[in-house]
Amino acid sequence: MSGEEKGGAAEERTPNEPEAASPADPETAPEPPRADAPGDPGADSGSRSRTVLREILESSTLVVIMAIVASLAIGGLLIVFADEDVREAATYFFSRPADTFQAMGDALGGAYSAMFSGAVLNFNANDFSGVIKPFTQTLTQATPLIFAGLGLGIGFRAGLFNIGAQGQLLIGATLGAYVGFAWHLPWGIHLLVAIVGCALGGAIWGFIPGFLKARTGAHEVIVTIMLNYIALNLVAWLLTLDAFQREGSDNPITPIVDETAQYPLLLGSDFNLHWGFVLALACAAGVWWLMERSTLGFEFRAVGANPHAARTAGMNVTKAYILVMVIAGALAGLAGSAPVLGTEKVLTTATAGSLGFDAITVALLGRSRPLGTVMAAILFGGLRASGPTLQVQAGLPVDIVFVIQALIVLFIAAPPLVRSIFRLPAPAHEKEVAA
Amino acid sequence: MKNTIRFGAVAAASALALAACSSAPEDGDAPEGAEDYKACMVSDAGGFDDASFNQSAYEGLQRAADELGVETAEAESTAESDYGPNLEAQVDAGCDLIITVGFLLGDATAAAAEANPEVNFAIVDFGYDEPIDNVKPLFFETDEAAFLAGYAAAGASATGTISTFGGINIPTVSIFMDGFLAGANRYNEDMGGDVTVLGWDGSDGSFTGDFENQTNGQNTAQGFLDQGADIVMPVAGPVGLGAAQAVQSAGDAWLIGVDSDWSQSAPDYADVVLTSVLKNISNAVFDTIESSITEFSNDPYVGTLENEGVGIAEFPEGVVPDEVVSELDTLRDGIIAGDIEPSTAG
Repeated sequence: MSGEEKGGAAEERTPNEPEAASPADPETAPEPPRADAPGDPGADSGSRSRTVLREILESSTLVVIMAIVASLAIGGLLIVFADEDVREAATYFFSRPADTFQAMGDALGGAYSAMFSGAVLNFNANDFSGVIKPFTQTLTQATPLIFAGLGLGIGFRAGLFNIGAQGQLLIGATLGAYVGFAWHLPWGIHLLVAIVGCALGGAIWGFIPGFLKARTGAHEVIVTIMLNYIALNLVAWLLTLDAFQREGSDNPITPIVDETAQYPLLLGSDFNLHWGFVLALACAAGVWWLMERSTLGFEFRAVGANPHAARTAGMNVTKAYILVMVIAGALAGLAGSAPVLGTEKVLTTATAGSLGFDAITVALLGRSRPLGTVMAAILFGGLRASGPTLQVQAGLPVDIVFVIQALIVLFIAAPPLVRSIFRLPAPAHEKEVAA
Repeated sequence: MKNTIRFGAVAAASALALAACSSAPEDGDAPEGAEDYKACMVSDAGGFDDASFNQSAYEGLQRAADELGVETAEAESTAESDYGPNLEAQVDAGCDLIITVGFLLGDATAAAAEANPEVNFAIVDFGYDEPIDNVKPLFFETDEAAFLAGYAAAGASATGTISTFGGINIPTVSIFMDGFLAGANRYNEDMGGDVTVLGWDGSDGSFTGDFENQTNGQNTAQGFLDQGADIVMPVAGPVGLGAAQAVQSAGDAWLIGVDSDWSQSAPDYADVVLTSVLKNISNAVFDTIESSITEFSNDPYVGTLENEGVGIAEFPEGVVPDEVVSELDTLRDGIIAGDIEPSTAG
């Protein structure tokens, strides 16, 4: 079934791009995992979604980079046309065309320089700390994405398409924030307990879909999506309780967490970067060890590649599903610690923002590998960090940033498209090792 | 694929060409009176297109740019983590006055104000326990206007049941509902009526859960109509449009708009709008910018009936009984004078 679809896709492309199509063939027709075919209801769709997932994960690094380049280029077009000066100058294009081109150049230059000075280095700053501040801001914004992306990556490699990072993050943040503002513990211990609270909250919210999947076969996509809504509304309700509100106020915002429960700042008070970033990197190393070096990680990958074969080989698939979701949930919960214990220090219904969904992109972009996830998170952190300067300096709507993000995802999800745009040859099947 | 690109390029080029035939502007007619003042604004996570207070505040900023000629910059937040960076970016961009919208930005605004004592700030819909030297809070006694709307609704109701619901139970929402209930209660006292208010009991009531889902608004309003209510006041931003739909299809019911005059801002439903509880955020923002150009003061701006920061819109002919309309003027004076408490809390 999946073979047929691939054939169809290849045909569509062939007439227009003959030279790109033939090298792409080996990639477009991989052998689908067959072992689960006989006599298992639901296995068919399962194996197909797994194949699609694997295809996405297997796109080569070059394709990822080219996807970013392509989306920045298309983003550039949008920047040009979203610019008011350009549109204004274009209305009299024929009487003075130079104005239009000048405005286009200004818009592009302004936008990309605003992006650079918002996300990497700001050379207009007066002192060194001002120059490097944007990059620390990028790392700060990347921190929750690293945590959550790592967790999602484990799930993807174990064949679980976990959409629930948003809810897991929110519940983790809730528990962590509550520990942070309601309990008063000594230095060190308080932060530790609050971090554990975040991880625990996320782990609980991850356990539910894992357990349901393992025991009843309930599809994790549906269960996790629904749990996102439950988490959001649960938090909205909690925030109406006096226990979660500030004294003398009815606004749905918690008190600021105690200083003892906040991540210490990594580079001093001039920067927002906090120790949560270091913890995220440590988690990345831990996840690498788990997935590449430990028996448990091997089991996860085996289950992801083919649960039936894994079961036949004597692995406990039920346990693997539950454990994967618990670990993924705990990491998503830790992502919740970045806003509540790091940057914002309060819990509101907007705490999760779109982090849980951005993290899915980050994990896919990073091909579910820890190093890739860290890099992808930093890229996305940079895009986020450039939002304010793009708006304030370049006067562009923040939506441009999201359009660029979405374009990246679109290109990553369609490797043959990127290959045909850039005339890339299809890479050899590199990853059999990993899956 | 190449054909597609070519086609797209031709289409785009011709679109540009069609738009490109007007004449170039003359050089050197810079707008006169351009002030050397930069007013900036940061939205909360709802964005400037929320059809609610972010949008009203943004309209005030745009009006200031048009009428006063001040420079402006705006930054839309999409997540909590954007508040701090957006404020920093505006401070770096040399803003003289930064207006933040909503209580969610309370902490971030206070922190930025402390770190940048030379920059002035204003915050919409939020006040601090202890005033900050360079932050001007802007808030609104919306219950004063909602009181009048509740009184009028009680007078206009044919079934003797009126209703209200909110988006989320937060003070800036429930203050509308509170005033509405108090107004209806006052009508019962004055006129010996027996009007019931559905959806708010003074501390809790009906809430749809967000400021987005219009279907919830429609269902909630329909629920009230089924219970015999013939007037609905939705305090939920765009969710209220769902309620408007339910009211319109019911035929013999009325809607009370909030924030802006819905007979203008929601013209499709103008025929069912009884009145609107006006909350003039955009005027407050405009006035704050205008007065801050000469001298900034951190005195709170409080929108009241007296300074027309809040108010109610005109009624359609003949729906509200004349004696109620004339009584409203007395009540308005009483509220302004402080003789009448326009909420159930006091």
